[in-house]
Amino acid sequence: MKAIVTVMLKNGVLDPQGEAVKSALGGLGFSGVNSVRQGKVIELDLAEGTDPAVIDEMCNRLLVNAVIESYQLDIT
Amino acid sequence: MRAAVVVFPGSNCDRDMVEALRQSGADVAKVWHKDAELPTGLDLVAIPGGFSFGDYLRCGAIAAQSPICRAVVDHATRGGYVLGVCNGFQVLSETGLVPGALMRNSGLKFLCKTVGLTVETQDSAFTAGYSLGSEIQVPIAHHDGNYYATEDELRALEGEDRVAFRYSDNPNGSMSSIAGVLSANRRVLGMMPHPERAMDAQMGSADGQALFRALVEQTTLA
Repeated sequence: MKAIVTVMLKNGVLDPQGEAVKSALGGLGFSGVNSVRQGKVIELDLAEGTDPAVIDEMCNRLLVNAVIESYQLDIT
Repeated sequence: MRAAVVVFPGSNCDRDMVEALRQSGADVAKVWHKDAELPTGLDLVAIPGGFSFGDYLRCGAIAAQSPICRAVVDHATRGGYVLGVCNGFQVLSETGLVPGALMRNSGLKFLCKTVGLTVETQDSAFTAGYSLGSEIQVPIAHHDGNYYATEDELRALEGEDRVAFRYSDNPNGSMSSIAGVLSANRRVLGMMPHPERAMDAQMGSADGQALFRALVEQTTLA
């Protein structure tokens, strides 16, 4: 089974990289880009039947820093 | 005073840290990240700057889960002193020994220059050697030094006089210009600037000396 963890900075936490990307898109002539947020995707290849609670624990203990980041877990 | 300097793959300020502590009178050993135990009878553990584990995942995140860091957390829990500089501060924030997180600099650039810091408290073994409110010159060298903390954490830091240093001219977007913070028991200090790189006038500044001297003096008395 696969688990896709999408990690994003929490709302309200300034994302300087997203701001820079937005500014670069503006520089290329793209208009109407209201905001850009940059995150990361972590793909886990897991043993079948892994308990989702264990994946949450992986996120909380290592993959995500809860002070600044939030995550979404998609299991396929 | 007995001190240990932790070395991770990618640490690059460990030798400077050892030298700064030795010059200040400490008996210093280096410990490797795979060691599960610290030498006995330690007063201080110092986590140096660098790029531990290549800054993979998040700066300091992998190092914070290494065997030696579990021993460092135990040492701090027992009331031992811990100093984390630059990447060491990032590691400490990832272990939770100090609050907050270090994010990408607001200007996105790696900053390497000497900056002015205001000493915000004298109430710690690390800062007892400075005058309150004085400005010291200490180099910074980081890409991710933009200090972030939740509102509650910031309120606690300010209310409990746990901001050790503030930038005189905020270089990286840190909240409240915070450059260094203390733990609740005031025995763990995390700071982005490098006091171990300010140990002699020939290095551009000798303002780091007072931190190490006070630390050695206070912990030797204790």
